[in-house]
Formats: sequence, structure tokens, C-alpha cells
Amino acid sequence: MAEPVRPRRVLVRGGRVVEPSGPRRADVLVEDGTIVAVEATIAAPPGATVLDASGCVVGPGLVDLHTHLREPGREDAETVETGARAAALGGYTAVVAMPNTEPATDSAGAVRALQVLGARACVEVAIAGAITVGRAGERLAPFAEMAGLGVRLFTDDGRGVQHAGLMRRALEYARPLGIVLAEHCEDEELAAGGSMHEGAWSSRLGIPGQPAIAEEAMVERDIGLVRLTGAPLHLLHLSCARSVALVRAARAEGLPVTAEATPHHMSLTDAELAGYDPVFKVNPPLRPGADLAAVRAGVLDGTIDAVATDHAPHPPESKEEPFDLAPPGMTGLETAFAVAYGALCCDASTGVPPWLAGSDPAQRRASIAELFAAMSGAPARIAGLDVASGQGGALRPGARAHLCVVDLDARWTVDPAASASRSRNTPFAGRELVGRVRHTVCAGEPVVVDGKAVR
Amino acid sequence: MSRPGLLSVADLGRGGIVEVLHLADSFAEVSERAIPKVPALRGKTVATVFFEPSTRTRLSFEAAAKRLSADTMSFAAATSSVTKGESLRDTVETVDALGVDVMVVRHASSGAPAQVARWVDACVVNAGDGQHEHPTQALLDCFTLREALAARAGSPPADDLAGVRIAIVGDVRHSRVARSCVLAFGALGARVTLVGPATLMPPTTQGWGVEVRHDLDEVLPEIDVCYLLRLQSERLREALLPSLGEYSERFGLTRDRARRLDPDLLVMHPGPMIRGLEIASGVADSARSLVTRQVHNGVAVRMAVLFRLLAGGLPSEPTGAGPAADEASPAGSGQGGARHG
Repeated sequence: MAEPVRPRRVLVRGGRVVEPSGPRRADVLVEDGTIVAVEATIAAPPGATVLDASGCVVGPGLVDLHTHLREPGREDAETVETGARAAALGGYTAVVAMPNTEPATDSAGAVRALQVLGARACVEVAIAGAITVGRAGERLAPFAEMAGLGVRLFTDDGRGVQHAGLMRRALEYARPLGIVLAEHCEDEELAAGGSMHEGAWSSRLGIPGQPAIAEEAMVERDIGLVRLTGAPLHLLHLSCARSVALVRAARAEGLPVTAEATPHHMSLTDAELAGYDPVFKVNPPLRPGADLAAVRAGVLDGTIDAVATDHAPHPPESKEEPFDLAPPGMTGLETAFAVAYGALCCDASTGVPPWLAGSDPAQRRASIAELFAAMSGAPARIAGLDVASGQGGALRPGARAHLCVVDLDARWTVDPAASASRSRNTPFAGRELVGRVRHTVCAGEPVVVDGKAVR
Repeated sequence: MSRPGLLSVADLGRGGIVEVLHLADSFAEVSERAIPKVPALRGKTVATVFFEPSTRTRLSFEAAAKRLSADTMSFAAATSSVTKGESLRDTVETVDALGVDVMVVRHASSGAPAQVARWVDACVVNAGDGQHEHPTQALLDCFTLREALAARAGSPPADDLAGVRIAIVGDVRHSRVARSCVLAFGALGARVTLVGPATLMPPTTQGWGVEVRHDLDEVLPEIDVCYLLRLQSERLREALLPSLGEYSERFGLTRDRARRLDPDLLVMHPGPMIRGLEIASGVADSARSLVTRQVHNGVAVRMAVLFRLLAGGLPSEPTGAGPAADEASPAGSGQGGARHG
């Protein structure tokens, strides 16, 4: 692997910098990993690497709260190196690696081993720890030891913590440690045997379904536990209208609950399952249009803080299993920005992507600043990466130089074979997306230039 | 990507169903002959690829293929490399590479034939997939029902089941037969009622065009046909039913219930039947039962399905067996004649 070669100076020239009031024409000069100037026109200093951002918006590097890097254990699906490269191509400068590896990230030793791998990756790799030992839902994992190594987010993702009593103890124990627990909301008894959303499509297709209540029941339970314990909780990949409503009420009550939603849960419905292609099998499952609209509305009104990918690579052979046997999950890092842009920002003026399901012309559209807030600022805060490494911040002199340069007019067709991920299981294969990442700069290092990974 | 096959009754539509029924009329006649064989598909190869044990359906398809003079191959998971861990895709691509025209696929997973159809060149016929569909079963049920109604009326078989009131009774939720029958009976104009405990009904029947009821005794006087489904005892473990006895008491065609039946009520079952649970022996063996005709007609209907896919049109009149008839057959031209029985 090539060693990181960080040029002393990088000039991002000709773009529009994302600001709450709207993109503003400005060049950005980076020196030694730090932004030193953001001005209308900056002359390139001698020896500077110049990145052309004309026609593009320049925002903070994206931060993914929910990435499955599969290492250790399933290096046939992804590695820290390949997953980080896919992230960089998607505009991400930081990802949070989910702990459902084999073995699970449930000890200080496992965290240290991953940190070694992460340090060599082309974007920042933050480590999430497991809530319970082996993610078995029985005994608490050593939060404090892992927190001592900088772990901020803890989750058994892939599974929810099934026992309410155990989850209560976990929240109580976590609270004084200044860490955040994150829940995969799925009541396994209610979801048992289900491979897709339970509804009209599952009934017709003869695929056992997971009812929405399997998610909603755990959202409701956990909000109650937050009320009881006062500990902060992050809810992963919300997919149901009722879940969004529960979180909205909890926030109105002032409870420390945050939430995320994935690009696929705001753009694809359960009708995609009609062809029995396991690429569309995901957990939580794709839902009907009304849920999609509610998830989008949740992002727009801030109930859902963050857009997160739940990038879940699987090797091709596993997605060629019969539908009920194939593992759930979709890749998402390289398509997340464009899909979220299409689902949240695009309107008649930009053209609404034809694959976008349940689109409501009356629904408000997000501004570019709001999209970056949901994909960068908010997830950085939830993962504690704003303080730890300057992720997700405004582009101001003195800030750490994590940048994402996107051409919002670029149309491209998703080609799974061209993915930097080791896996090919994107549900957007063959679909045209709008908005493409041109450059990614991580801590001052250009890791993607002109849509190509540098290392 | 394969040529269009038969994955769902919905692939046929009403027109396609009627076409199959007409073809099956002519092939039923073939089956009555001393040498029940026509050369219609000579030189074609039909492979049955079964990943789930089934003797009845496989034999029926193989008999159908043989009566059309197709070559047959048989693949059964239990005796194959699947037990050594070979993937579905590798298995069906291997069979496809042997050069088959039709792959008849049964699988315990819903949608497996649709997946197979994306990987192979042969056209794929769904012989039952998980809890999804079993289209040839529904077609043979339409054929059988139409035959019985015609016999009763003393008229030629109709092209529809308009106004016929059919109750499908039992475990609709997990039944591929029920999903295909709802589509086929509905397409032909029958009025379909699903009857069973709420735990064995699909989560929703929105868009199915059926009525859902939970009291068989209420429904029985209102119907012409009672179509019973098989109940698997594993439903008890899933807490969908309190006991098989209670099921039988509420939804079985028991001897008691049989005594109260309208004499004209017809009874159907896709098999295998569990006597004493879904159906009392006296009912299964009575004149009102079409169960044996269903099995019998399966061959002619599957001949019709295979012929329609491979010969690409309607057959000419099968004029008799033997070498002379062979030469006059549509198999050589692949065009098919215009006439049928």
C-alpha cells in the first residue's frame, strides 16, 4: 500500500463553499492539514496542489455513522482498506466501523487491532464497540476500557439488545462514561423469520415478513429507557413512519435521543422485491411509500439527525442464494450522497430521479447546507468526531481540512463493477444518479481527485 | 437470461389460461389413446430440477414431457452435489449447460425459479416455490373444475368459471397453491372466498379480489366448490394454532360436516391429503371429490404448458400415434398448426 503523501498546500479552486445561507463562491487554501484561508479568489502558492472545483459545491467531508468494514472475519466482502477507499470516493472523510465483525469488537484488544488497520486507511476510521460480549445480548462488554481508547459509540448492530433489563443496565452504566449507545431496533420475536417488510408485497410474494411493529416496539421501549436513565441513545437506520413519530415526540420532550436513516430507506420501496433479487434484501427491510415519505420528512424537520449508509458488503455468491437464505444488506458508501441528494433535495428544477419512490411534490426540499448537515455535521457530533478530529465542521480558517467537493449537475449511472468496495451488492445498479463526488480531502490529503482514488 | 417461462399464473393472464385449457383439451384426448404419445416436442429436452422432495409433481411433468416425445432429465437435490454445498446458481447453470429447453424447477424458497430464470438460457417453469406459487397446479385445478361443471351441465367445457363460488380453506398464508389458485380462479371469473383461522391468512389480501371468512360452517352453504389445503403440523410449533384437533373441528371436512353438505358441492385438494385432519376419508373418496381427476388431468395440463412454451403456438390436431403421425407432427417445423381439439 502506498504511504500517505500529504502535500503541504492544497488549493481547492473555483467552487462554491456550502454555507447555511447558500453556497458562496470561494477558494479554499489548506496548509499542513488545516484550512488557512477561505476567500473569493486565492492565488495558488508555489508548489500547491490545485484541485479544480469549478461547477461544484465544496462542503465538509461526509461522516458515516454506520459502515460495515467486515474486517476481521469477512475480508472476502470488505476490508478496512477497501471500505475506506469506497468511503473516500463517496465523499466521506470519516466512517464509524460497526462492531459486528468476526470476532466482534467487544474488547480493548479488538479495538486496538482495528485502530492499527484504520490508521493506514485513506479516511478516518472510528471504531464502534459492542454493547454486549460477542453481541450475544447477555453480558455487558467492557465499555470503560474501550472508551479509554477513544471509542465513543457502542452498538450490537445487526441485532437489537433483546432484553429490556439488560438495555437499562447498559444505559445506566454508559451514562457517566460520556459515551453513546446505538440501537438496532428490531424485536426478534416479532420479526422472526421475516425477510422483507410485512405487507401487501410480502403477502403476494409469499415471503414471510417483518412487521413494522418489530422496529417500532423497540424504539418505544428504548425511548422509555432513556427517560428512565437519562443516558443518550442513538437509533440506527429508522425505517417506519411510526418510529419517526416516536422520536419526534421524544425530542419534543427533551430526551437525549438522536436518530439516523439510510439513503435506501428514503428512496426504495418494498415493491423492489417483486423480482426476488436478494440485492434488495436489507435489515430493516425496504418499506412502503408512506414510510419513505415519513423518513424524508423526519430528516427535513430534524427529527432524524443524520443520513447514514449502513454500508453492508456481501460477496456475490451470498447474494445469489435463495431469497430467504441470502444475508441482508446493501453497499452504500459510493452512492449515498447522490441518492440522498435525489431523495431530499431534487425537485422539478433539478429533475426528480425516476427511481425515487413515493415522491411527494408538495414535500419541502432540503437545501444543500441541510444535506451536508445531515451527512457531515450531525453525524460528526453524534460520533464525537467533531471534537476528536475536527470532522463535520464549517469550512473556516483554523479548521481541520476535511473537504468534499461535489458536482451537483453530474449525472452518472451506477456500475457495480466499478465500485472500490470488494462487494457489488448495490441496489442502485444501472440507475442514473445526480450529483457526483469530484474530490475528497481528508486531513489535508487529497484522497480522491477527479473521481479517482489516489491510494 | 432465459426466454419467458411460467413463473406465476399472472404471467398468463386470462387469455393465456384459456389457451392452456384448450391445449390441454387436445392433449387429454391424446392421453386416452392406446399409445398416448405425440411427437410434438421431439428433439427438445425437459429437465426437472427439484430442490425439494416431490414425487407427484415431478412424475407428472416427466409423463407430460414423455408423451410429447421430449427427452427428459431429472435432477433431485437429495442425490446431487447440492448436498456437497454447491450453490443454486452453479447447479442450474450446470444443468443448463447440458442443453435443456425447459427447466422445471421446484424449490423450498419463494422466488427461486425467478432467480434461476435470470441465470439460465432454458425457459423456466415454476413447479412450486416456497410459499409463492404453483402455477401448473392452479391450471390443472381450473381444467378439472371446468370439466366437472361441464359434465354436470351436460355441455362442452366453458372458457371461464364465471359466477362459480369457490372457498379455499386452510393455511392460505403458507400456501403456494392458494396464491396461484386465487389468481387463476379470479382470472376466470370465479368468486373466491378464503376460509381459515386468522393466523393462517396472509397479512393482507388487499388487491387479491377475495373475501376472507373465518367460519367454515357459515360459508359452506354459500359455495359450489370447497378447495381444501394441506395443513403442516409445524404450524403448531409456530403458535399459529392451538391444536390439530381444534383445526380439524373448525376447518376440516369432517364426517359430521359432510352430512350437512349440499349434494352438489364439489371438493378439491391439491394433495397430499391428510385424511382425518383436513378431510374425512368418506369425503375424499366420495363422488363429490375431484381429487383423483386433479392428479389425472395434471399430465394433460403440463403437456399444454410445455407445448405452449416450446412449440410457440397451438398444435395441429394430434392425428394418431406411430411413425406416420410422427412425420406429420408440428414438432419438425416448430410452427404449430392452427387447429386444436
